[in-house]
Amino acid sequence: MATEAHAAEGATGYIIHHLTPLRAGEGFWTLHLDTLFFSALLGVLFIWFFKTAAEKATSGVPGPLQNVAEMLIEFVDTQVKDTFHGRSALIAPLALTIFCWVFLFNFMDLFPVDILPMIGSAMGIPYLRVVPSTDLNATFAMSISVFLLIIFYSIKVKGVFGFAKEMLLQPFGPWLMPFNLLLKVVEEIAKPISLGLRLFGNLYAGELIFILIALLPCYVQPILSLPWAIFHILIITLQAFIFMVLTIVYLSMAHEDH
Amino acid sequence: MSINATLIGQMITFALLVWFTMKYIWPPFINAMEERKKKISDGLAAADKSQEDLKLAEKKAKNIIKEAKDQSSEIVTLAQKRANEIVEESKDNANKEAERRIQAAKAQIEQEIEQTKEALRKEVAALAVSAAEQILGAEIDQKKHQDIIGKVSDKL
Repeated sequence: MATEAHAAEGATGYIIHHLTPLRAGEGFWTLHLDTLFFSALLGVLFIWFFKTAAEKATSGVPGPLQNVAEMLIEFVDTQVKDTFHGRSALIAPLALTIFCWVFLFNFMDLFPVDILPMIGSAMGIPYLRVVPSTDLNATFAMSISVFLLIIFYSIKVKGVFGFAKEMLLQPFGPWLMPFNLLLKVVEEIAKPISLGLRLFGNLYAGELIFILIALLPCYVQPILSLPWAIFHILIITLQAFIFMVLTIVYLSMAHEDH
Repeated sequence: MSINATLIGQMITFALLVWFTMKYIWPPFINAMEERKKKISDGLAAADKSQEDLKLAEKKAKNIIKEAKDQSSEIVTLAQKRANEIVEESKDNANKEAERRIQAAKAQIEQEIEQTKEALRKEVAALAVSAAEQILGAEIDQKKHQDIIGKVSDKL
C-alpha cells in the first residue's frame, strides 16, 4: 500500500523508503533519530512496567502485574542459574534487560508496516524506520557492550596475566603462540559480530518480507501477512531468547578459569 | 547500512537500562520471591507439624477417654458393692432390732405373767383365808396367822 508520494518511485522506492532511517548529522556522527527514539521509548516502557510492578512487589499474594513480571524474572533467573555458576549481581539483570529490550525492539515489527511511517509523514517526518533491531547500530550496541563485559570479566576473574596466558597459550601450547593469539582473537571478535548480525539479519529479513507483502494487492495481503505475523511472534521471542542465552553463556565462559 | 554514532547512543541507553534494572528492578522481585518461597515452605512445614500434633492429641484423647471409662466402671462396681453392703447391714440391723423387740416383748409378757401370778396368789390366799374363816365360823386373827398364810401362798 504505497502512499501516493512514493507510488511514482515504484516498488523499489517504497522498499528503500521503508528501510531508510531518519538521519541527523554527517559522516560517522550521523544519528539515526528513529532508532534512538524508539529504543529509548521501549526502554522507558520496559523500566516503567517493571518499576511499577517492583514498587508493589510483595511476598504475599502477587497482583497480576507482579505475576507477569515475576514470571519473566523467574524465567531469566532459571536460565542464568542453569548456565552461569558463579555469583554476579550484574548478569541476571543484564539478561533480563536484554531479553525484554530486544523483545520489545522486535515487537515493533508486528505493527503494520505503514501505520507509524504514515503518522510520521503526517507530522512532517520524511523517514521512519520503527524497528530498532533492523538497525545494525542498535544490535551492535548491545553485542559490543556484551563483548566489553566479556573482556572485563575475563581480566577480572583470571587477572591480566591469566587472560594473556589464555590468549597466547591456548589451544596449541607455547610453541604456536602467534597462531594461538590469532585464533583466540578471531574467536572473541566472532562473538559480538555473530550476536549483532544474527539479530539484525533475522529482523531485517522479517521486516523486508512484511514490506514485500504490503506491496501486494490488498486482498492477498491478509492471507500472507497473518501467517507470517504469527510465525514472527515465535521469531521475535526466539531471537530475544537467543541473544540473552548467548550473552549468559559468553559471560559464564569469561568467568571460567581453565 | 552504516555504523555510526547511533551505536554510541544505543550503548549509553543500554548501559543505563542495565544499571537501572540491576539497581531498582531485580532486587525487590528476587527478595519478594525468596520471601514467598520461604513463607510457603514454612507454611507447609507448619501444616505437617499441626497434622502430627493432631494425631498426637487424638491419641491422647483416646487414652483419656479409656482411662475415664475404666475409672467410671470401677466407681460403679465399688458403688454396687457398697450398696450391697448397706443392704446387708440394714437387713442385719432390722433382724437384730426385731429380735431385740421380740425379746423385750417376751420379757414384758413374762413379767406381766409373774405379776398376775403374784396377784392371783395373793387373791387365792385371801380367798382361802376367807373361805377358812367361813368354814371355821370363827374369825381367824389375821395377824396371828400371818405366818401360816404366808407359807400357803408361798406354796402356790
